[in-house]
Amino acid sequence: MRNFPLPRPASAEAGLGDAHRRAWRRPLTLLAGLFVLLGTLITMPTVQAQDAVAIELLEALDVSSYPAKGEAITAIAESEDERARDWLSALLEGRLQRTDEGRFVIVLDNSGRDWPVADALSGEALGTMSRRDLDRIGINNALRNQLRSVIAVVDLYASDVGLRRASAERLLGEVDADLAEPLAGLIEQEEDARVRQRLTQALAIHRLEQGDILAIEHLDGSLHPRVRVALARATADSDNTELADAAQTALNNIEQTLRLNRAAETLYFGLSMGSVLMLAAIGLAITFGVMGVINMAHGELIMLGAYSTWMMQQLFPGQPGLALLLSIPVGFLVAALAGIAIERSVIQFLKGRPLETLLATFGVSLILQQLVRTAISPLNRTVVTPEWMSGSLVINDALSLTLNRMYVLGFSLLVFAGLLLIMRRTRLGLEVRAVTQNRAMARSMGIRATRVDILTFALGSGVAGLAGVALSQLTNVGPNLGQNYIIDSFMVVVFGGVGNLWGTLVAGLSLGVINQVLEPWAGAVLAKIIVLVFIILFIQKRPRGLFPQKGRAAEG
Amino acid sequence: MQWLGRPFTERSTLIFLGVLFSALVLVTVLHVAVPQGHPLYVSAYTVNLLGKYLAYALLAVAVDLVWGYLGILSLGHGAFFALGGYAMGMYLMRQIGDRGVYGHPVLPDFMVFLNWDSLPWYWQGFDMAWFAFLMVLLAPGLLALVFGFLAFRSRVTGVYLSIITQALTFALMLAFFRNEMGFGGNTGLTDFRDMLGFDLRSSDTRLGLFIATGVALALGYVLCRAIVTSKLGRVCVATRDAEARTRFLGYRVERFQLFVFVVSAMLAGLAGALYVPQVGIINPSEFAPLFSIEIVLWVALGGRATLYGAVIGALLVNYAKTVFTGVMPDAWLFALGGLFVLVTVFLPKGVAGVLAYRIRRRRRDGDLSGGKEAMA
Repeated sequence: MRNFPLPRPASAEAGLGDAHRRAWRRPLTLLAGLFVLLGTLITMPTVQAQDAVAIELLEALDVSSYPAKGEAITAIAESEDERARDWLSALLEGRLQRTDEGRFVIVLDNSGRDWPVADALSGEALGTMSRRDLDRIGINNALRNQLRSVIAVVDLYASDVGLRRASAERLLGEVDADLAEPLAGLIEQEEDARVRQRLTQALAIHRLEQGDILAIEHLDGSLHPRVRVALARATADSDNTELADAAQTALNNIEQTLRLNRAAETLYFGLSMGSVLMLAAIGLAITFGVMGVINMAHGELIMLGAYSTWMMQQLFPGQPGLALLLSIPVGFLVAALAGIAIERSVIQFLKGRPLETLLATFGVSLILQQLVRTAISPLNRTVVTPEWMSGSLVINDALSLTLNRMYVLGFSLLVFAGLLLIMRRTRLGLEVRAVTQNRAMARSMGIRATRVDILTFALGSGVAGLAGVALSQLTNVGPNLGQNYIIDSFMVVVFGGVGNLWGTLVAGLSLGVINQVLEPWAGAVLAKIIVLVFIILFIQKRPRGLFPQKGRAAEG
Repeated sequence: MQWLGRPFTERSTLIFLGVLFSALVLVTVLHVAVPQGHPLYVSAYTVNLLGKYLAYALLAVAVDLVWGYLGILSLGHGAFFALGGYAMGMYLMRQIGDRGVYGHPVLPDFMVFLNWDSLPWYWQGFDMAWFAFLMVLLAPGLLALVFGFLAFRSRVTGVYLSIITQALTFALMLAFFRNEMGFGGNTGLTDFRDMLGFDLRSSDTRLGLFIATGVALALGYVLCRAIVTSKLGRVCVATRDAEARTRFLGYRVERFQLFVFVVSAMLAGLAGALYVPQVGIINPSEFAPLFSIEIVLWVALGGRATLYGAVIGALLVNYAKTVFTGVMPDAWLFALGGLFVLVTVFLPKGVAGVLAYRIRRRRRDGDLSGGKEAMA
């Protein structure tokens, strides 16, 4: 063993840096935020003591005998030092090296001529060093194998639950005879239930491979693919029919649960898709109900909403979350203003001619599309999903719900609730319902129908803009965005009936779910066709949709 | 057969037929008799283009029949047009025989490419011209019959019907895009060689197709005129203007609607069948909702419920499209969109309406001055 003089000042500095890190992690110190410095001073002596231990651990590696190195590796693994994993993986990759002064360093990148290195103890970057000034701590194949399995379990000794969970996750299907014994001991000590369950399963897979029939008991009900692979392999084991049968039973149980989970996932996807459809269609249904006209440019208003999200993200680069939140009112306003412009410039001149209105607004939709194509780009634009919306909510091994869809679903329902409130509780809502039922009578009661028209159109268009904001989180934003959704939204309106918000909600959600249910076995295109045929047949029974308007309002 | 003769007593029909046949003769003469390079020479390309326009005009007449006289705004007539086109395309595919890229005696190239070993059942019989030509009418007619029966029986009208027809053509487009459908998927049917023994690439065949399309347009026009001037046509107009009242008068409105809708779909199919050999390809883009709604614009621009207006509109818009897409392709959609708005807001009766108004005013002025003369 080489003896080396450790430069005192550097070590003190390293100790302090380490102490900072540690101090922050302690809840007590966190609470007493002002006393961080004080906390640092108190913890300093123990840190120095730990570093002494750490140096000793590393020193033990730098010996010529490989068995001795093996013992040193085990010692490091069991040391509960947080840096142990870094050291061991660096050792495995030949990046744990020693300077001429005897300092332990980790080489960060050994591809070039001069290597950037960091202190193995403090993690502090030490600039680049020539490879000639460094000594590598060598290992052989036996050590390499040992290191791999040790690294797999080293995190299991960590105090952080997250690290232990991740490590246990990785162990599934990777357990071999060497690991089995320490694992059994670890399970006893483990406090976290999830880690314990995972480790039990990992061990059970190993025991199952050894032919232990009792192991199946621990695997039953687990949805992890690795478990299913192990069980499937066991069923193929023709030597041990008892084991094969037991594995088959367990596998069948798992398949059953899996089917339920898949159904739940389909339902979730269907509901989120349906909520977007509902959002896209509800504005259309309102304007159709009040004015009896179909706005073919509705899809393009959705597109405008999506593009305003993109615009806001261009205005606030690096803050996608803020941009998204701001684009909710902005998207609403942009689409509502565009809607008012369409109403004032085209639709008001076509009163009482619904088919002509349809054609004229189709013209507007062509112009808007081409406008976006020439002004922005014919290509799709990607809208960034903010961090708090990406990722997914893991329910179990087979079922995880993507967060962006959940936000979209929640947002759609919020908008729906808002619209419901407006229709039920405000003066405008009352007037809108009156005009929907009987325009002439409403006017003679003193309701200014033209004003109601404009406001309804603005409201419906604004909601289309909101649908665009929501859609920008699910698909690419492009000039054809609206076109892709307009026919589906029409179907929702036809299916749900007009003038009834609940009809649109039920129709949108159920069409979304039907589409998702059909898709796996019919394919996306055929599913769409089946839905269209279904709607054509559906209106045989109920020509005015699910929730038709009743009484005199129905004809007229 | 009195109803079939009635159109020939109308001045507008005679003028229309006169103009149409003079144009056919003129183009033929200018193409055949005038030497190439002469400023008046009409090239084979132009003949082909005009033939395409005439097929579109026939399609527009079919749409005007249901929209102008029945009040049904069909946004799905492109589907009938395309079905007729596909029936013709299947015949032309079978005519290729073993001259395809893969040289298979029976299977078209795309089927060989998909590793199919035999012809699907719905491709049987399309090697016979009479069967294929029958299908040109029957395929769209049958679709219109089933769809119309379901729609009119449940009294789906107005905007609802427009949306459903649009969904119909959209669904068909998606379906025909699928390779498994057996209609060539994305590419559609193309690479045609000959028809009834005539080489499709020769300019004589193209001239023949142009004339045939012109004659078909004339026949279709007369048929539509005969329908709208008959008693049945009067019931149609009554349905258009007051459906509930007509029903209360005892007419089974849905039967009239269904009959006229099917006739219109067949005419659209015929137009498609004449269109396909002239452009040399049929693919699912003909099912696109945009195309169907464009047809409606032709009719709206020309003037609804006149039939000749539909022809004028189809020719005008398609000529403009050819010019625009050649000169500045980006501007075409602006122009088309603007046209939709302008026509519906400012020209509700279309070009034909303006013409009729001018003529009527001149006649009235003439009458007035004549009266003054008589008084004096």
